[in-house]
Amino acid sequence: MSMNNVGRPTRPEAAANDGSTGHETLTGGRGLLQDEALIFELDGWNKTGVDLPKAAAPSDDLAGLLRDTPIGLPGLSEPEAVRHYVRLSQKNHAIDLALYPLGSCTMKHNPRLNEKMARLPGFSDIHPLQPQSTVQGALQLMDRLAHWLKTLTGMPAVALSPKAGAHGELCGLLAIRAAHEAAGNGHRKTVLAPTSAHGTNPATAAFVGYTVVEIAQTDDGRVDLADLESKLGDHVAAIMVTNPNTCGLFERDVVEIARLTHAAGAYFYCDGANFNAIVGRVRPGDLGVDAMHINLHKTFSTPHGGGGPGAGPVVLSEALAPFAPTPWLVHDDDGFSMVEHAGEEGARTAFGRMSAFHGQMGMYVRAYAYMLSHGADGLRQVAEDAVLNANYIKARLKDVMSPAFPDGPCMHEALFDDAWLEGTGVTTLDFAKAMIDEGFHPMTMYFPLVVHGAMLIEPTETESKQELDRFVEALRALAGAAKAGETERFKGAPFHAPLRRLDETLAARKPRLRWKPVATAPLAAE
Amino acid sequence: MRFTKDHEWVIVQGDVATVGISAYAAEQLGDVVFVEVPEVGKTVKQGENLAVVESVKAASDVYAPVSGEVVEGNAELGDAPETVNALPESGGWFAKIKLSNPAEVDALMDRDAYEAFLATL
Amino acid sequence: MRYLPLTPEDRVEMLGAIGVKSIDDLFVDVPASAQRAGTVDLPLHAGEIEVEREMAALARRNRSAGEGAFFCGAGAYRHHVPATVDHIIQRSEFLTSYTPYQPEIAQGTLQVLFEFQTQVAALTGMEVANASLYDGSTGAAEAVMMAQRVTRRNKAVMSGGVHPHYVETIETLAHAAGVSTQAMAPAIDAEDAVIAAIDADTACVVVQTPNVFGTVTDVTKIAEAAHAAGALLIVVTTEAVSYGLLKSPGEMGADIAVAEGQSIGNGLNFGGPYVGLFACKEKFVRQMPGRLCGETVDADGRRGFVLTLSTREQHIRRDKATSNICTNSGLCALAFSIHMSLLGETGLRQLAALNHQKAVALRDALAAVPGVEILTPRFFNEFAIKVPGSAADMVETLAGHGVIAGVPFSRLDAGAGLDDVLLVAATETTLDVDITFFAKLLTKMVAQ
Repeated sequence: MSMNNVGRPTRPEAAANDGSTGHETLTGGRGLLQDEALIFELDGWNKTGVDLPKAAAPSDDLAGLLRDTPIGLPGLSEPEAVRHYVRLSQKNHAIDLALYPLGSCTMKHNPRLNEKMARLPGFSDIHPLQPQSTVQGALQLMDRLAHWLKTLTGMPAVALSPKAGAHGELCGLLAIRAAHEAAGNGHRKTVLAPTSAHGTNPATAAFVGYTVVEIAQTDDGRVDLADLESKLGDHVAAIMVTNPNTCGLFERDVVEIARLTHAAGAYFYCDGANFNAIVGRVRPGDLGVDAMHINLHKTFSTPHGGGGPGAGPVVLSEALAPFAPTPWLVHDDDGFSMVEHAGEEGARTAFGRMSAFHGQMGMYVRAYAYMLSHGADGLRQVAEDAVLNANYIKARLKDVMSPAFPDGPCMHEALFDDAWLEGTGVTTLDFAKAMIDEGFHPMTMYFPLVVHGAMLIEPTETESKQELDRFVEALRALAGAAKAGETERFKGAPFHAPLRRLDETLAARKPRLRWKPVATAPLAAE
Repeated sequence: MRFTKDHEWVIVQGDVATVGISAYAAEQLGDVVFVEVPEVGKTVKQGENLAVVESVKAASDVYAPVSGEVVEGNAELGDAPETVNALPESGGWFAKIKLSNPAEVDALMDRDAYEAFLATL
Repeated sequence: MRYLPLTPEDRVEMLGAIGVKSIDDLFVDVPASAQRAGTVDLPLHAGEIEVEREMAALARRNRSAGEGAFFCGAGAYRHHVPATVDHIIQRSEFLTSYTPYQPEIAQGTLQVLFEFQTQVAALTGMEVANASLYDGSTGAAEAVMMAQRVTRRNKAVMSGGVHPHYVETIETLAHAAGVSTQAMAPAIDAEDAVIAAIDADTACVVVQTPNVFGTVTDVTKIAEAAHAAGALLIVVTTEAVSYGLLKSPGEMGADIAVAEGQSIGNGLNFGGPYVGLFACKEKFVRQMPGRLCGETVDADGRRGFVLTLSTREQHIRRDKATSNICTNSGLCALAFSIHMSLLGETGLRQLAALNHQKAVALRDALAAVPGVEILTPRFFNEFAIKVPGSAADMVETLAGHGVIAGVPFSRLDAGAGLDDVLLVAATETTLDVDITFFAKLLTKMVAQ
């Protein structure tokens, strides 16, 4: 079978201790932290928290089409709804609470000005298909955002519409495929990606019919040029390279990587997830990139919202620009307009459409406010402080933890492996769970796959030195505890979170994906 | 019982081989949560994809250790995938294959050879 | 700069701790040819006052829906979102949290997703739903790809009522993935016509109800035809409030139900961010794209929730994943769920009935305009009318008089030969005076 080394325990081991912090309450409540039932389980669930006028009976035209069976939806008054959701919110960790060191996610502060701007009715209360003459301000904002993205990246064109980074990768690959087909090179069916690539890279390539071949990595964490060269050929459509890469390192040979790729007739897709390390200082266009998605929810601070929404505009080179998906934004003497259909005059060679409307306007507004606030000088400072913060953390931890690539600086994130935990009985997973007890969200774990027990730490530029020091002290203390043999602290962690370690095995073996009205026995661990 | 370098095992009775993954492989995988057993009638060549085994965090392809036609898939694994963890080299078998080339089995490692191989990993 | 906490003194101290002289030493790996001194050619930083001024000026150049008579639909609908919804989604713990990969400190998000999945399954009448996709159109494309995986067939047929932009989105993805598509020509009331196109190669049949012309159809017959041929039925809905009045996709035999959830909890936002609802039969759950939240217990036996069945997803399956999707529309799904909890079953039914009633009043007013023909026989809150001459020109002229009259069909599909067709929608936010004003203006225009 194909072995992979990412299997790890997915349910709590029988804890040696019961983990209680001593005092048992009478109701199970724990101070500010309350157990909150599902809305379906609350008593008196058939209220409504919205006042609406009475409605007439539906017209006879709809006879036979009406929903005459119960839907099964609970309803709450406003005070009850507020309590329910506020109590739930208290069980979440968030950037607003502490340093959130998730490598490759860029968990920077979400400015509240951006939220205020996004809610101006002139942006939030306009319909994508109302006459274009009535939304010139919105189109102008999109045009200005496009200008900032193109200028920051040194690229001539941008497709704004992808709804997330992975969607942007899809957009880039579809543009590349269209370019090859237009040039009679549709036989190129292979995409090369490094072993360290984020899962979305091969998933996207395979989704649109490419075969994915891996490029080896050198001992110092970069793309192996010789291996790349040997794998390039007439059958290769594109390479997908992240720069800075997923190990947090700048690909020194990126210009040569681009040259080799172009010489072989292929395109260079750059995964821009780590743009925060170089924004305002280095332009991917100067490196030979043909297409790059930019995660507005990473580099440009739009909120992560518990998992989305994101936005992933894609900057494109001259060669790929003609194939960008609709809508195309046009600026002429009459003002701004969008060409919305591929094949139409003005977008003849567009490869198609990524989604029904124009993209994530709500995120454009937020990102644009962020750009205006920082300016060219602020954005350059963002990259420098992000890189400084990551290197500071690496410097202050390298004597107690093992950096995966100790020589030379990292970029905006520092990668450690689990060599330093050897012999302690503590795994990367256990260490991460113990961090929760100390008040920090764990760093990215077990990614990238090329490093054993990977721990990827990205502080971002919005952390103060005080918070960085607090974080470093916590990790140093935990590292010391691990090496001193305090395994119980780690194996039973977390002890202080709203819940203890959860049984993911059970959730996968006996999937229960919704609440059901029939009385069901609670799930029990096997 | 014979083993492949990819950690599959084979036991032959007559011209039918029972196939599974080794205890080592099961341990590496962690808690098995789902197994996609092959359909009856599927023909496989040695080394081709036979089945998929999933834990929470990983999905692994299981390769056919021998060539032939699948005559039975282990239906129990649908409700009880944990059998692969509990009894990897007996009750956790994946499929029975009618051999098309019995000589292939002779070239596989016996248990001592497999254990020695594991020591090198 | 207000978002950057490091002071010059901090930076000096930190560089010292690292053991380098300047920040440039940390960028040594960047090729000299790409190193840029100074800043890129863009304005320098600005305070809140300046930013607000520029953005407010841009916002003022847009005519918002709330400013006056407004009748646009065609896949995005103007509903009232209760104040509570927007307030809760701005709580730090919801707004600034990440994907719940560390479930012990993300039970807020996870429980909401579990509730959301339950609500979506109930609304669509299906067995299981995911934690949302980007929007309805990409959801429809994902549904087609899922049908291809389940049936191992490579053809999708789409009825003449599917929103043309959804058709384009599906075609863009499907063709790239080697799935051929056949789209019926746009037709007001002919979802059934798609039955003739089903054959042994068909992976799925895609229909929409209410369709892009507003027509409500019972698709049970289409479900039967699809199933008889071994194909899946995908039912698309672009107006989620309609689930409060009309027979659900599940009741009509859908295998996959896809919808745009924007109508609930989320404003128009010029097209995004929106929220894709995706639900299917339980037997297909392992082929479902997107995140899934499931129930479990923790080490102390307390109930909790985790993301599950992750082996379908890109971060594990990589090139064999069911989709490349990495985000869901988290905050928009939260907004949807809060709004749905506030409405409850009674409120949703009432809201839906109100929408329909407003649309009926609109229909009656427009039917009385000489030269205007009502094309849609049965509708929820949106219908198509035929006007004398170009609907697009008419909309432009009416906009000059303060009425956003709807969406001309030519905007969605310029080649359909339906340039005189206008799609108009009414919701609970539509005022009777606006309906009267619209009808009056239209009468005047037609008379000229």
